[in-house]
Amino acid sequence: MDFKIISALLGIIMLAMSFIAIYHKKMIVAVIATGAVGLFASIMYLFLAAPDVAMTEAAIGSGLSTIIFFYVLNRIRSNDKEGRESDEIDEVIK
Amino acid sequence: MKKLFVFIILIALASMLYPLLDTFHGNDKLSELSQFYAQSENVSKVNAQNLVTAVVVTYRGLDTLGEVTILFLAAAIIAFFLKTESEKRTLRKNSEIFKTAAKMLVPIITMVGIYIFINGHLTPGGGFQGGAVIASGVILMLLAFPNMEFNHKFFEALESISGVVYVGLAAFGAIIGLGFLDNAILPLGKFGELFSAGAIPVIYSFVGLKVGAELSNILNKFKSVQAEN
Repeated sequence: MDFKIISALLGIIMLAMSFIAIYHKKMIVAVIATGAVGLFASIMYLFLAAPDVAMTEAAIGSGLSTIIFFYVLNRIRSNDKEGRESDEIDEVIK
Repeated sequence: MKKLFVFIILIALASMLYPLLDTFHGNDKLSELSQFYAQSENVSKVNAQNLVTAVVVTYRGLDTLGEVTILFLAAAIIAFFLKTESEKRTLRKNSEIFKTAAKMLVPIITMVGIYIFINGHLTPGGGFQGGAVIASGVILMLLAFPNMEFNHKFFEALESISGVVYVGLAAFGAIIGLGFLDNAILPLGKFGELFSAGAIPVIYSFVGLKVGAELSNILNKFKSVQAEN
């Protein structure tokens, strides 16, 4: 396949994942979508001849930061007693 | 009204960014700075096969030192604010498949990380990448065995010693008159071999150990805060 077609596909996937990360109701799906953006970005960096940046992005962007997000999310959930406070905040923002 | 403002801001941004698109033309030659780095006399001066590492560690060594300092500050602040209380909680048991896979994979991941930063001057990669890979091995271990004791003392000692050696090597170059972070303080060796490029692999190995230890410490802090409730 042509290099340009692969790049365009990767870009479209990244855009879709970013929209999921912003607009999805469930926080867990949003966090995983953020990790997926990092993963596809690292493939993109590899195509753009920057393998060292791709390594960093794959390890930190899609691995470590996703896990840190999950830890923080879990901590916030266990902290608020009412349970659904985060959804109310979402509504206020809208 | 609000939408009008958004529209105006969007138009302003577009008119600001349009010249970038309009005047853009691709380059088929190296830029002036890249040409300076890629000169054969400068390449033989640093003697590193992976020129990116040579740029990162020697030409822009202060920049790397700053990055390491920022990461150290971040780790220190996280350690300061996330107070850990030694309160045990009952944990859900991990599946046997996950545990066995983690046991098998963690040594391999750690080895790949060490390979990445030791070969930083030959192949793509280096201290930050290797350190991040090592930290991802550590987090896999922490996820698979949450009750495992994390050896703070070891990781903190590793981080401190690596930082001191890094700055010490950098300062040593200045003391003997070559310049701060010069790689010629060790013999340059033959181009393309493991023991080449002077102090670059040594410096980058210590950067890798420091980054790996710091990221592991950060992740462990986040993990141990979970145990409070």
